[in-house]
Amino acid sequence: MIYWQLFIAFFIPGILGYGGGPSSIPLIEHEVVGKYGWMNTQEFSEVVAIGNSLPGPIATKMAGYIGYEEAGILGSIVALFATVAPSLIMMIGMMAVLMKYKDAPEVKNLTRLIRPVIAILLAFMTIQFAQESVAGIGLGSTIFLMVASLLLLEKFKVHPAFVIVLALIFGAITG
Amino acid sequence: MVERLTSKDTNVHPKRVLHRNIGLAFFRVGMLGFGGGPSSIPLVHLEVVKKYKWMDEEEFGDTLALANTMPGPIGTKMAGYIGYRVAGFWGCINAIIVSIVPTVLLMLLFLGLIQAYKDIPWVQNMSAAVVPVVAVMLGVLTYDFIKKSSESFGWLKALLLLALSAVLMEVLHIHPAIVILGCIIIVFLPLLKRRKKE
Repeated sequence: MIYWQLFIAFFIPGILGYGGGPSSIPLIEHEVVGKYGWMNTQEFSEVVAIGNSLPGPIATKMAGYIGYEEAGILGSIVALFATVAPSLIMMIGMMAVLMKYKDAPEVKNLTRLIRPVIAILLAFMTIQFAQESVAGIGLGSTIFLMVASLLLLEKFKVHPAFVIVLALIFGAITG
Repeated sequence: MVERLTSKDTNVHPKRVLHRNIGLAFFRVGMLGFGGGPSSIPLVHLEVVKKYKWMDEEEFGDTLALANTMPGPIGTKMAGYIGYRVAGFWGCINAIIVSIVPTVLLMLLFLGLIQAYKDIPWVQNMSAAVVPVVAVMLGVLTYDFIKKSSESFGWLKALLLLALSAVLMEVLHIHPAIVILGCIIIVFLPLLKRRKKE
């Protein structure tokens, strides 16, 4: 049962996440936190944070880890398979047909049309994480950490892994 | 030329060399690509076109365009397809395993460490301090998606689509999968109708 749930939880983001792994993060959250309740927001944010700090494709890092947490090695394999296999099999199998449509305006329109949907999912996740943070470490620390990380990430172009390490140090000192 | 090369490495089967190269190429892509699949595409290009010359520029461009027409993580689609194209089924499996397994193991290691010490108050505080940073990362990603939406639709239409998505998913609580399926139908319906007429 858990394997089937894991398969569905990662199959849906895998088959609907247009625009690569990052756009499937809110879809994964919807399944893992919202639908199945395998993790709370803070646990999920740890997964996103560590996932963002480590190299490699983000969707498979999340699937592999969450699958393992829920149902061990087999769970990990099931979640990874559900993430990777459907779109890859479609791509290899439908190669000839797809080649004809790769420049079709419909394909580009689809990615364009799905963008606002993903934007809203991401926006509400952002709000949810900010609220969670205020509940956890208070308003002052939240504002400080958000402003500091925004400046470091966007203005000074500091690597995400380094920003996460700084946040961990801040947490260790103030805790 | 090929024969000379293989006879020099008498112990090494050419197929094995190919698999070792696929393994090395996608291991490097996986371990050096920070920021998820989309940001690792230049690394894939470097290995596949520049270093091993498995594809020329045009074929790589076509493969990338093709991968973009499909949903799902882009990094593994590229790895799997190129592995398949270069060395068949096992090439595909090889490329996928080397690009995902090492990083999943790293995830288990780091998150395992956090889990193991999570009852110590200052460790708890460490993981709580990560939440606002992730909120910022997600906020930046949100901004990128909104900016790209307004670039392709114009501000007014983009705002309308954003508001519509917000109402559907956050007010009416329709599952995102249904909303995205709706988008797919809206986009492809005219295409199907046109084909029927022709």
